[in-house]
Amino acid sequence: MSTLLIILQAVANNAIGIMGAGIGAGLAVIGAGIGIGRIGASAMDAIARQPEAVGDIRSNMIVIAALVEGAAFFAIVVCFLVIIFLKPA
Amino acid sequence: MNGMRRIYKHLFLVFLVFCIAQKLISANEPVINKNEQSSHQTEEKFNPGEFIFDHINDSYSWHILSFKNFELAIPLPVILYSKHTGWHIFMSSKFHHGHSSYQGFEIAKDGQNKGKVIEIFENGSTIVPFDISITKNVFALLISLALLLWIFLSIAKKYKQNPQKAPSGLQSLLEPLILFVRDDIARPSLGDHKYEKYMPYLLTVFFFIWFNNMLGIFPTFPGGANLTGNIAITMTLALCTFIITLINGNKNYWVHIVNAPGVPWWLKIPIPLIPIIEIMGLFIKPFVLMVRLFANMLAGHIIALGFFSLIFIFGAMNALLGSSVSIFSVAFAIFMTMLELLVAFIQAYVFTLLSAIYFGMATEEAHH
Repeated sequence: MSTLLIILQAVANNAIGIMGAGIGAGLAVIGAGIGIGRIGASAMDAIARQPEAVGDIRSNMIVIAALVEGAAFFAIVVCFLVIIFLKPA
Repeated sequence: MNGMRRIYKHLFLVFLVFCIAQKLISANEPVINKNEQSSHQTEEKFNPGEFIFDHINDSYSWHILSFKNFELAIPLPVILYSKHTGWHIFMSSKFHHGHSSYQGFEIAKDGQNKGKVIEIFENGSTIVPFDISITKNVFALLISLALLLWIFLSIAKKYKQNPQKAPSGLQSLLEPLILFVRDDIARPSLGDHKYEKYMPYLLTVFFFIWFNNMLGIFPTFPGGANLTGNIAITMTLALCTFIITLINGNKNYWVHIVNAPGVPWWLKIPIPLIPIIEIMGLFIKPFVLMVRLFANMLAGHIIALGFFSLIFIFGAMNALLGSSVSIFSVAFAIFMTMLELLVAFIQAYVFTLLSAIYFGMATEEAHH
């Protein structure tokens, strides 16, 4: 473990920051995927219960999916900024 | 008919095996490939990052196509004000695609101001002049403005001339959408008595965002300029929504922000936690509007351009591999473009809907 930390200190430069940005973007997309999956699942259940409300359910589903995606896009934009503004030392 | 389908399936499989076999064979000849690549490098090496950013960023001339050494681009006016030498107005063709300087100005190639016009003094120092040039994005904005005005002024004239006549032509194309904005966005959020005041703004924002998103997907002039993927444009739209919300906020709205009824007193005195959170929310809501539209459009463009650059990256390695990858790459790019068309409409809908909801919240009467 300590050897790992020594090696990590030796190579610590902006490259790790860029890797962190990549990992962060991936994690953000996991959150968005789970969230939108749950929205879709509840929308399917609701449509199965009451097929004549399909129009209402569909519009609400799309609106909420856009809001959840907006949150994920925040993280993606931040990671993108990190990659752009971090110069490899 | 079934016989024909089986033949096509077999042909496709044979072609696939042929491509894979060719790649495996050519992988055993590294020396020849390296020579090809180094001569490639002396001409132009395909740089996918640069390719993508050239298509996404703003620029001083509208590049249409380039073939070997021949470049076709529309030069646009550059309008600068320098504190030392006054106003300068000239066409961007004087910069010769960024290779020469003109009247002491040139396009910076790297550094903090990469891509912008800088003024160079005799002692080598540079400064960014006041720049209100007609760049690619501004020109695209003017084009979409002209399109919007033409379409909607002609529809309005038809309605004014003959209000009882059934719609025809452009009217029948856009009337369902206009009624959609009124009946599904404005009326549910604002109530049946107040929605008319906000209809002009909501209609403008909806069609502006939708048309510009669609024009961005279009590959070449007059489309193809990444307008809604530019954070300055989305910031302006979000600012308009913010200002209209502030102006139309009634007393009930401000009371809810500063002194929300029903919240225990120890959250407001000594540290006004709830008012601080509410005021942060006041600014965060338009900020999120801005980032949502910007990031969605930018990501769509980057993905489509990335799929196309795949073809050229593989083509630089091996010409046959490039052509075989191009089938899948084009198929994916078509799928992504269909998705982008859907996203263009959805983002316009969500922006307009959220603006209508914010206006509704700002003009809500207190219920007791």
